[in-house]
Amino acid sequence: MTKSAYRNNLVLNAGVLLMLFVLQFVLPDYHVLMATRMMVLAVFALGFNALLGYIGLLSLGHAMFFAAGLYGAGLTVYHFGWSLPFAFGFAVLASAVVALVIGAVALRTIRVSFMIVTLMFAQVAYLMVIYFAEWTNGQEGLSLPMSARAVDLFGWTLDLSSAVTRYNLAFLLLALCLVLLFAYLASARGRVATAIRDNEGRTEMLGFNVFSGKLEMFVISGAMSGAAGAAYGLLFGYIGSTFASFQYSIEALLFTLLGGAGTLIGPLLGVLLMVAMIDKLSELTSAYLLVIGVVLIVVILWFPKGILGTVRERWAPWLL
Amino acid sequence: MALGPYLFLATLEGLVQAAVLCITAAGLSLVFGVMRVVNVAHGEFVMLGAVIAWFAASLVTGHPAIGFAVALVISPVIVGAIAFAGERLILKRLDYNPEATIVATIGLLYILQQTVLIVYGPDARPVDPPFYYTIRFPWFGYSSYKLFVIAAAIVIMGAIWFVLQKTRAGLIMRAAQFDRETAQAFGIPVDRVSAVVFAAGAGLAALAGVLVVPIQQAHYLMGADPLLLSFIVVIIGGLGSMSGTVVAAILIGLSDGILSVMFSPTLAKMVSTLLVALVLVFRPNGLFGKAER
Repeated sequence: MTKSAYRNNLVLNAGVLLMLFVLQFVLPDYHVLMATRMMVLAVFALGFNALLGYIGLLSLGHAMFFAAGLYGAGLTVYHFGWSLPFAFGFAVLASAVVALVIGAVALRTIRVSFMIVTLMFAQVAYLMVIYFAEWTNGQEGLSLPMSARAVDLFGWTLDLSSAVTRYNLAFLLLALCLVLLFAYLASARGRVATAIRDNEGRTEMLGFNVFSGKLEMFVISGAMSGAAGAAYGLLFGYIGSTFASFQYSIEALLFTLLGGAGTLIGPLLGVLLMVAMIDKLSELTSAYLLVIGVVLIVVILWFPKGILGTVRERWAPWLL
Repeated sequence: MALGPYLFLATLEGLVQAAVLCITAAGLSLVFGVMRVVNVAHGEFVMLGAVIAWFAASLVTGHPAIGFAVALVISPVIVGAIAFAGERLILKRLDYNPEATIVATIGLLYILQQTVLIVYGPDARPVDPPFYYTIRFPWFGYSSYKLFVIAAAIVIMGAIWFVLQKTRAGLIMRAAQFDRETAQAFGIPVDRVSAVVFAAGAGLAALAGVLVVPIQQAHYLMGADPLLLSFIVVIIGGLGSMSGTVVAAILIGLSDGILSVMFSPTLAKMVSTLLVALVLVFRPNGLFGKAER
């Protein structure tokens, strides 16, 4: 990346984050809640995009990592009464470990079989949530107890029932993930990743370890998705098996494809558009998931690069 | 009930499931074999078949057998036509790129499923079997309809075999499967063959849906299980291989049936899904891998 491209991206991402921060003072209450949800889902999409956009692996099973984080945090809080920061840390670690194990196995396959294998592993994870209903309460799920709605942090008490606190926590997580991914991509390791995406054979021939590069990105992606899941469970106080279902894997794919795979802001934009669209449509009909199908097909037929991918192609080649 | 008869019952249930699975998976396998397209919407074609069977049964008055017979004919035709349209409008334009078609068929899955939710509603609705006769075994009574399903599956698989091996259309399909480009060079309209095969695969799924609906009720979310199980069958049986599909369907149907009766259906699915995922990983040059070249 050239100096000016680096600077442009830095300015763009900082600008987007600044805008998000200011937004909470402008938006009415209901929309603050929705924006909080969007930012958490954007972290999930960002994790998915790390894999699809920057190393070129399309997983159909990312709900499994989201769920690993969700249940890793939720169950330890619910059953063992762990404090929230501790549960969150554990959940991120747990999803990273799940990603390491699944990645080590699934990355032996490529392309279509990689998609099918990740789909199947995610299905196993979903069935596990249903099967261990004694712990997870299956489809009905669990509401976290009132005691888990407040965080004690260095003498401070954060009240999670306050919309402002939740918004800023979600914002912090998104900012952190965005900065981390940006730093990683700008580093030498990140350039190996994009090299693998662009030409795997040549990267291997140049002496880089392709498998470990992929695994590294897989773990980053899984941990980020897990962090999103953990945040979702803790911020909104509910965990349920829907979050482990195929639909959540597909939503991550949809957000990323719509916004533009391989762009940092793309997934955020995709989440923004899709969640708003689904929210509006769910007021009109119970069949609001129809929009998922329509958008997937429209994007894959006419905008395979997504919104920001198209913008990059036409106007802003520096976009990361 | 003693263990012997219990196991017998589980085996019968397993065979019924294997029969339906055979037909569904044959459709999926045919589509992958000829077109190299992984059709994630395949389960929705089963669901559509079942839902159309319900409409047929509720519109046709008189004996349930008449409605059932009507459904057996119109369901595959309507579903086949929908699939044909989908193939022409979407898959063909993507030039059958493997990854893009998977994403597109996921989109198709949601469109079909949610459209049925709008038109048909969220309820599970039963359809009467065409006949009610119960066969009395010494230990339990068993619905003769379920045995009819097994017989029907044998007939349908026989018909598929006949078409693929003994007719000109089958020869064309096999040629397109064996080597697309050479087939094209010999004047086979591979493009049109793809559309027909996609419709035929969907038609088979719809047929399975009609057969299963008197046992299972029609519901807009019923496509998920057949999809997963036929994926498993097709992967174990070898993609595009019909005899492999039959063997794998019987194996998976039986083991799933027996494990479901003995332990829990969820556990049975978990085990088979995990095993198949591992098969797919540790045979990277078989199945999907080979098809890639």
